[in-house]
Amino acid sequence: MIGRLLYDVPRHALWLLGLVLVGLIAAPLFANDYLLTVLILILYFAYTGQAWNILMGFAGQLSLGHALYVGLGAYVAAALYVHYGIGPWIGLPVAILISVASGAIIGFLAFRFGVAGVYFAILTIAFCEFARIGFDHLGWLGGSGGMFLPVSNHTQNDLWHLRGQPVMFYYLILLLTVLAFVLCHLMLRSRVGYFWQAIREDEEAARSLGIATFRYKMAAILVSSAMTAPAGVFYAFYYNNLFPEQTFFILRSIEIILGPIIGGVGTLFGPVIGAFVITGLSEALQELLTLYGFDTPGAKRVFYGVCLLVVVMVLPNGIWPPLARLLRLGRRRDTTERQP
Amino acid sequence: MTALLEVANVSKSFTGLRAVADVSFSVPQGSLFAVIGPNGAGKTTLFNLIAGVFAPDSGTIAFAGARIDGLRPDQVCRRGIGRTFQLVRPFPTLTVEDNVMIGALLRHSDPPQALRRAHDVLWRLDLFDKRAQLAGALTLPDRKRLEVARALATEPKLLLLDEVMAGLRPTETDRMVEILKKLNGEGGLTILLIEHVMRAVMSLATHVLVLHHGAAIAEGAPEEVVRDPAVIHSYLGTEAM
Repeated sequence: MIGRLLYDVPRHALWLLGLVLVGLIAAPLFANDYLLTVLILILYFAYTGQAWNILMGFAGQLSLGHALYVGLGAYVAAALYVHYGIGPWIGLPVAILISVASGAIIGFLAFRFGVAGVYFAILTIAFCEFARIGFDHLGWLGGSGGMFLPVSNHTQNDLWHLRGQPVMFYYLILLLTVLAFVLCHLMLRSRVGYFWQAIREDEEAARSLGIATFRYKMAAILVSSAMTAPAGVFYAFYYNNLFPEQTFFILRSIEIILGPIIGGVGTLFGPVIGAFVITGLSEALQELLTLYGFDTPGAKRVFYGVCLLVVVMVLPNGIWPPLARLLRLGRRRDTTERQP
Repeated sequence: MTALLEVANVSKSFTGLRAVADVSFSVPQGSLFAVIGPNGAGKTTLFNLIAGVFAPDSGTIAFAGARIDGLRPDQVCRRGIGRTFQLVRPFPTLTVEDNVMIGALLRHSDPPQALRRAHDVLWRLDLFDKRAQLAGALTLPDRKRLEVARALATEPKLLLLDEVMAGLRPTETDRMVEILKKLNGEGGLTILLIEHVMRAVMSLATHVLVLHHGAAIAEGAPEEVVRDPAVIHSYLGTEAM
């Protein structure tokens, strides 16, 4: 297991990775509440970006509706908690199941009938919009008035019910992000990962090599939607309020994909680096502007735009690939010459 | 010799155009079988029918004794037919090694094992030294050989080659001919190829089938076929006499 995980990772990459991880684990010791909140947001986008990256970065299917899986995960776990007192850890599998079911429907409709490219993207937007409008009219889930989780001042961290301090949420999302990272690394280095990449590169050529493309594309959307749902559960219990207009808003889906695009679509580190750059820098910018007395509410959006523009123009493959070359973090492979 | 591939009375039309009309032939086990003919004769359509890209309108295709017409391309490949594309389709942002490894993963689900298998194939196709390059950065001759390597990595019993010599210089053509001869001779691989380069066909093929306007007009040993008046008239040109 460990051997498979590390068989082609350069040694100094492991050290670097370990260092980053230690830094992240130690961060709450040094960070104030505000910084911790920003770090939670960064890790949240690193996690959701990683989940989205499976479908687009690995398998080449552009989803612009990943807010659907976040929203479904959030609403399912929240509803179970509010109406039946069922805790998030029991709600989590249910949330994943429902999210996966919706992913299966979208995937089947698209991949069975050859919907691909921008048309697939439009289909994913459409389903997210269905949810937004539908949930607006679901009184049981609070409708457009929103759904609220009971909040009280917790001094004690209750991990079982996810009630407590930001530090608890920080470690939770850090754990999720690490798990997602390891899972994606494993998948990318396994048969399914290679087959996904083949489909991404050229579906017809992939088929000619014996790859059942429908099955593997379905696998991609199922895994991606399953991985996105826990982010929704986290979202619900962290923010304690859910509004269809916000949860399923297309901008939520766009925010998810900005990280991986800026960091590098299809790479393992892309979503993480991208989340740090886009969320970290935009929050820093906001802080800086406030510090100097500028009241510019749209600055973050402008910053997103500039970031995208610069990356698309200067680094069309994202930040990670050139950075990896710079740090010589490419794959380590057997370099011994083979005798004929 | 027993027939590995048996094509019987196969036809395929595209909205009125009869691309392949009632074609029958059988490819013996271990042979190097060439399909030649002028542009638009239906060669690539015939290939796509065998590879499962299209289902024939009528007729049957049997491989190793079992019907394969109507199967999907991936199912056909799993039965043991590998193919290349006339316009090469490498996975451009992956390395040469990964391209071939993806083919090898069909029969070896464990990546390190598939990688070893890919290295064997790369070695045979003279691509081992270029294994770390991105496939999109290769020259055309290398890409053509990569195309063959990738198909070969699926461990086919029959290899379909769609104009792998097209666009190659004579020395590159000879190199490819050598490789294919070796695969056929030492590996016992049956090869069915579409080819325009007569120099390659004459030195490679044990059987030749000539298509014209979707129909088979001649079949036999290469020396006999090139003397056939119908073939000279429709394809080779009278100056070939």
